[in-house]
Amino acid sequence: MNSFDILKIVLVLIGAPILGCLIAGIDRKLTARLQGRVGPPLLQPYYDVVKLFKKDNMIVHPAQNFYVVIYVVFVILSLLMLVFGMDMLMIIFVYTISSVALIVGGMSTGSPYARVGSSREIMAILSYEPILILYALAIYLLTGTFKLSALSTLSSPLLAYIPLIFISMLFVMNIKFKKSPFDYSTSHHAHQELVKGMLTEYSGPGLGGIEIGHFYEYVFLLGLMFMFWSSNIIIGLLLAVIAFLFVIIMDNITARVYWQWMLKVSWSILLIISIANILIVYYFYFKPA
Amino acid sequence: MTLAKSPWIIHVNVNSCNGCDIEVVACLTPLYDAERFGVLNIGTPKQADIMVVTGSVNYKNVNVLKNLYNQVPDPKVVLAVGACASTGGIFHDCYNVIGGVDQVIPVDAYVPGCCPRPEAILDGVVAALSILENKKKGNVKGKEVKMKGNEVPSNA
Ligand code: SF4
Repeated sequence: MNSFDILKIVLVLIGAPILGCLIAGIDRKLTARLQGRVGPPLLQPYYDVVKLFKKDNMIVHPAQNFYVVIYVVFVILSLLMLVFGMDMLMIIFVYTISSVALIVGGMSTGSPYARVGSSREIMAILSYEPILILYALAIYLLTGTFKLSALSTLSSPLLAYIPLIFISMLFVMNIKFKKSPFDYSTSHHAHQELVKGMLTEYSGPGLGGIEIGHFYEYVFLLGLMFMFWSSNIIIGLLLAVIAFLFVIIMDNITARVYWQWMLKVSWSILLIISIANILIVYYFYFKPA
Repeated sequence: MTLAKSPWIIHVNVNSCNGCDIEVVACLTPLYDAERFGVLNIGTPKQADIMVVTGSVNYKNVNVLKNLYNQVPDPKVVLAVGACASTGGIFHDCYNVIGGVDQVIPVDAYVPGCCPRPEAILDGVVAALSILENKKKGNVKGKEVKMKGNEVPSNA
């Protein structure tokens, strides 16, 4: 590890939450505009987090905030692994641990709403995880290794080989951003039926920590979209922006659905087009070593 | 300063006729857009800063109100919206009504009217913001309100 790598780590640790905070702010502002409202200031998510850290720490049991720490640490870890172009399969595993930490945290509090939210989040993981794995598999078939850094050896960008997986990944973004129509595990808008879902029993600093974790997570997720055209930074960023706008517009034009519906969509349409894409890659581009 | 920039609200309906509730919800609509002050209508008391109470308290829901109040982490502000929540209003001499919200939990600001206009409620929320800041500065903690049974007190 040289000094350039350390600089990169510091940049990610400091830059990612700032970027994520802006992403969340733009999200709220855009949503408000789409609904014909003025909307909160751009830095509203930042104000929220600072406020949450000023509130009293009200917890159900001492281990509860420890799960938040696990969540944040593993999200940061997966983001760092993405930035360093490490093993895609490993990134997915590390990222899953972070999601599971929130689920276990929600389950451990014993609130019925947190339990409903957590079990719905498990369903969400069940529906997007296969697509992520196929994404990693496509990278393996194309480059002969799971390492993201090997993407630069490809003659054309990843999007040219796996456009169908790109479409599926757009929906994965929707699920992972916890936006409508898939916002049933925890969301600001579902409080009549779900209170706050998985995060019902978190308050003050614990919730603030989760928000910071979300900021890192947003950057990580958009980074996954960036990888589809990582050879050209401008177009890669454009893809990330497109994915982000897609998520927000979907959020505003759709209503929350049953989790069964999401499972059907992702395990039929999304999974089938992803597998079709894998088959195409296998027959036309795969060179056995 | 940031405390006043992101007030999250929990809306508690104790025996309200729903007139006030509709006006509270109207604050969130595009016309009044409470979110430009950072206001979010949050579902759980554990994440709220301002407790907006509508309606007069009765013996059936007094413990629910106390329970919710105890679950809001400090610093917290209680805003009584409507004549009922402030004094008991039109229901003040009903056999089952205890009275205004301040009979049960400490109230920091009142919004009069039956029902109050959304502008008045927003004014109330904005007034509550400075109280919230002062409570944080002075480190004022809300006392835990003890819960009793549902029994009717002898003076009722
Ligand atoms: S103040 Fe008026 S509108 Fe509000 S709950 Fe009481 S009676 Fe209904």
